[in-house]
Amino acid sequence: MSQKDVLRPGHVGVRVMDLDEAVRHYTGHVGLIETGRDREGRVYLKAWDEYDWFSLVLREADESGMDFMGFKVRDAGALVRLERALAAFGCRVERIPAGELEHCGERVRFDSPTGHHFELYAEKDFYGNEVGTTNPEAFVDTVGGMAANRFDHCLLYGTDLDGSVRLFREVLGFDLAEQVVDGETLVGAFLSCSNKAHDIAFIRHDEPGRLHHVSFLLDSWEEVLRAADIMSKYGISIDIGPTRHGITRGKTIYFFDPSGNRNEVFAGGSTWYPDHPTITWTADSLGKAIFYHDRVLNENFLAVVT
Amino acid sequence: MSRHDRIPAFDIQIVDTAERYPCPAEESLLHAMERLGRRGIPAGCRGGGCGVCKVEILAGEVVSARMSRAHVDDAERAAGRVLACRSYPRSNVSLRVVGAMRKGFTRHGPR
Repeated sequence: MSQKDVLRPGHVGVRVMDLDEAVRHYTGHVGLIETGRDREGRVYLKAWDEYDWFSLVLREADESGMDFMGFKVRDAGALVRLERALAAFGCRVERIPAGELEHCGERVRFDSPTGHHFELYAEKDFYGNEVGTTNPEAFVDTVGGMAANRFDHCLLYGTDLDGSVRLFREVLGFDLAEQVVDGETLVGAFLSCSNKAHDIAFIRHDEPGRLHHVSFLLDSWEEVLRAADIMSKYGISIDIGPTRHGITRGKTIYFFDPSGNRNEVFAGGSTWYPDHPTITWTADSLGKAIFYHDRVLNENFLAVVT
Repeated sequence: MSRHDRIPAFDIQIVDTAERYPCPAEESLLHAMERLGRRGIPAGCRGGGCGVCKVEILAGEVVSARMSRAHVDDAERAAGRVLACRSYPRSNVSLRVVGAMRKGFTRHGPR
């Protein structure tokens, strides 16, 4: 199949403990655009170069973390095919009616062996990016802060890593672009449904369902450095960076939203083609694999999750 | 008070390490420690979400902003346990460290 059923990451639902504070962070600092609020008080946001109505949904709760991550699929036929395949794999599958998330079509929600909830959808209302599609400008100066281009991927921590990797490869058609192994044991998996280095990644962890980070794309290393300036100016909690990853080769900085959910903004990264071999990183070189310049394991980066 | 006057600070004591540092009322216990380059309370997300900086207040008073209930429930609140990143002193404080950095990733496969 030259074209896969799963197109790309589409949205992520994140729990925050103070909605106003979170909206200020994601709009004013990350540079997303608020596109709506619903009757349950959830806030919908998107990045300036995204076309669909939203890519981030914030919900106020008494603990932080990730509610769900959603992928856009090709069409309604793909949704039906994948729904059947997910059920056959053993996932608990549920249909969520169109409009439950505003401006989003019907969703197929399913659980996973790492304890995360994912969903697929074929339709979301078109909002348009900030520059249009006819003779568009190359950048915007109308959004705040880091001016992230798009929601790019999530890294998730959970228990049955082998199970979730099997689910994403065998049922959803993702490729294993890069992996971390400790002897015979798979410790980390970087999976692509496109030609990006990763569209989702998992790390084996002793608790299910944890969020390590939500990542947004920037254009360049200079923009990563400017993002760091913004973090220092506004007192945003920085985790690590600016630096570069060995894994995926991305140039990156990690920080936290006001509820402690880790965010990344990054630029660059390797290209994945489906005929490429999987790249393997071994546990004895993990420091350099994760942070190519520091070359040491960072306890906070590895252990702090929501 | 002019803006050049020093903001009065409370005396914070970490009993585990006998570390002491000043913390003004509008600064979190964790932020003041980190800003002064002191150690003792492990720092995680600094937003009340990850639970790494959990401490038990042994003496003194703090007020706390919202903290994840996944890490501090009602029983723990009642026992004086708070997250240092979301807690602001209202008097001199003596505390002990409860939180710790968890193991980052598991190397053992499925069992």
